[in-house]
Amino acid sequence: MFRYILRRLLQMVLAFFGTTLIVYALMFAGQGDPIQALAGERPVTAAQRAYLTEKYHLDATGVGGFFYRYFDYVKSLLQGDLGQSLTGRQIGDILQAAWPVTVKLALIALAVAIIFGVTAGVIAGIRRASIFDNSTLVLTLLVLGIPTIVLAPLAQYFLGVKWQLFPPTAGSEPTFYALLLPGIVLGSLSLATALRLTRTSVAENMRADYVRTARSKGLVKRRIVSVHVLRNSLIPVVTFLGVELGNLMSGAIITEGVFNIPGVGFNLFRGIRTEDGPLVVGIVSVLVVVYLVSNLVVDVLYAVLDPRIRYE
Amino acid sequence: MSDFETVAATENQAARRGPSGEPGAPNQIGAAHKPRSLAGDAWRDLRRSPIFWISLALVVIFTLMAVIPGVFTTNDPSDCLLSRQHAGPSGGAIFGYDFQGCDTYSRAVYGTRASLLVGALSALGTGVIALVVGMLAGYFGRWIDAVLSRVIDVVLGIPLLLAAIVLLKRVGSASPTVRITAVIFVLAILGWTTAARVVRSSVITAKEQDYVAAARMLGAGHGRIMWRHILPNSLAPAIVVLTIALGSFIAAEATLSFLGIGLKAPTISWGQDIDTGRIHMRESATPLIVPSTFLALTVLAFIMLGDAIRDAFDPKLR
Repeated sequence: MFRYILRRLLQMVLAFFGTTLIVYALMFAGQGDPIQALAGERPVTAAQRAYLTEKYHLDATGVGGFFYRYFDYVKSLLQGDLGQSLTGRQIGDILQAAWPVTVKLALIALAVAIIFGVTAGVIAGIRRASIFDNSTLVLTLLVLGIPTIVLAPLAQYFLGVKWQLFPPTAGSEPTFYALLLPGIVLGSLSLATALRLTRTSVAENMRADYVRTARSKGLVKRRIVSVHVLRNSLIPVVTFLGVELGNLMSGAIITEGVFNIPGVGFNLFRGIRTEDGPLVVGIVSVLVVVYLVSNLVVDVLYAVLDPRIRYE
Repeated sequence: MSDFETVAATENQAARRGPSGEPGAPNQIGAAHKPRSLAGDAWRDLRRSPIFWISLALVVIFTLMAVIPGVFTTNDPSDCLLSRQHAGPSGGAIFGYDFQGCDTYSRAVYGTRASLLVGALSALGTGVIALVVGMLAGYFGRWIDAVLSRVIDVVLGIPLLLAAIVLLKRVGSASPTVRITAVIFVLAILGWTTAARVVRSSVITAKEQDYVAAARMLGAGHGRIMWRHILPNSLAPAIVVLTIALGSFIAAEATLSFLGIGLKAPTISWGQDIDTGRIHMRESATPLIVPSTFLALTVLAFIMLGDAIRDAFDPKLR
């Protein structure tokens, strides 16, 4: 167990350095004259140039200089210093204001996935090959196949603008009601996956030997399902939902952009639109870390929950 | 040689049928005089699946649309007049005109080409990388497998959309060919991992088969064994994964174009048109709905096709 966690941790450190190196190399390295890029069209005096060269260690050239500056970037990233966006705001401040909204949205989406996805998945798994099972399978295939850039604007148009059931956009201080429609849109994908996963897992466990034993002992079906089957089949679902929470927090770019929700994804959306390089890199770096950490937590959780997993 | 293969395939099929083949099930192996191959069995299942035929028809229609768009519409997608902004249907423009005064339907038809091109070529690139990596890792095992599997783990840990945003922001060029190539390249180098894992595991199964041992005894080298014996037997699962991947690559391209970092004008792409349509949805919704429907149908067609083929080839979960 300890060895497993250690190995997984090492793997994450590797992935962290791999991704941040790619992000850094692509965004900052080999861009011509970075000082002139910072100043835009304005002239740079010799004193300013000397100061900036000193500050960002630009005098070191070659591979050594590149890695020196890369570790500088990683160090400030780990210290939480993300630098400034092109508009002069601290990226840390922008993210601090945006996180609560994004987390709220992700939790709504996750709740939707659990309430509808897992429940329907259990029913479909018990009644395999029934009408309910077949129709949910087709429905989930439809949801999985429709991209968010289609689902989000269409939901906004039909439910928000045309029939006016929900507010079409969220605005600066979003209420729970305003976040409900975006949450459903965001959660629909996880809902479909959770449903299919639960269904497969329940269906597989219903055929297991211990279920036959329980049935032959004369246990009622209700007890077999709720105590024996559910406990065993929800393990993969729990881990999936854990990974999904990480994904939802980093994957809400389209949904937040379309519904005007001032979360992390929205700021990234805006950063891409306004060509704000430092903002994009800052947010992407943080999101990559969130993604990696949530994956690690889930993998460890998986090993704790399911003792059948071999740690080696 | 082929005898070995048939025997192995039949045994394999019998083993697969074993747990789920309930008595009285319509497709029992014993019913036929000649043992059917796994592919023949799968084809029998596929022929009866409506989802398979619907998605196949959609794939054919969209492929034709990409190759010969002139057959589906006579209007020129770049013939735009601002005076026709959001005008209703007229003169062949069955869905009216969009914000720029272009024919909505014609633009959607001509947008098929870029989407399918990106999807197909990314899937092809993904397939090549996945086959090489999966084959090497699965066939040679030991340290090669260890190293390649860790590489797969690391690449799998990179979120696709975020990495694509960073990579594509570096492409400053606005030339259509450069942008399409860049999008294909980015999707291929980020998306090959799942297929590589599938290839690796099927290669590991295939290399233990008797026909491989026989070929080795006859003196075949590694290259010949991999190319002639293992590759044909581990291709089917990879093709299924790649069909589904093709659909998701089309969705990914549209998403990137929607964000404004994928394909850009003058290339016509559904992602951009959806974005423009979304902004002006209060004035007219058809320029949003038409490209959205085209995109959703294409992605669905490929995903459903892959799903149907996988179900037919893998009868375990029935």
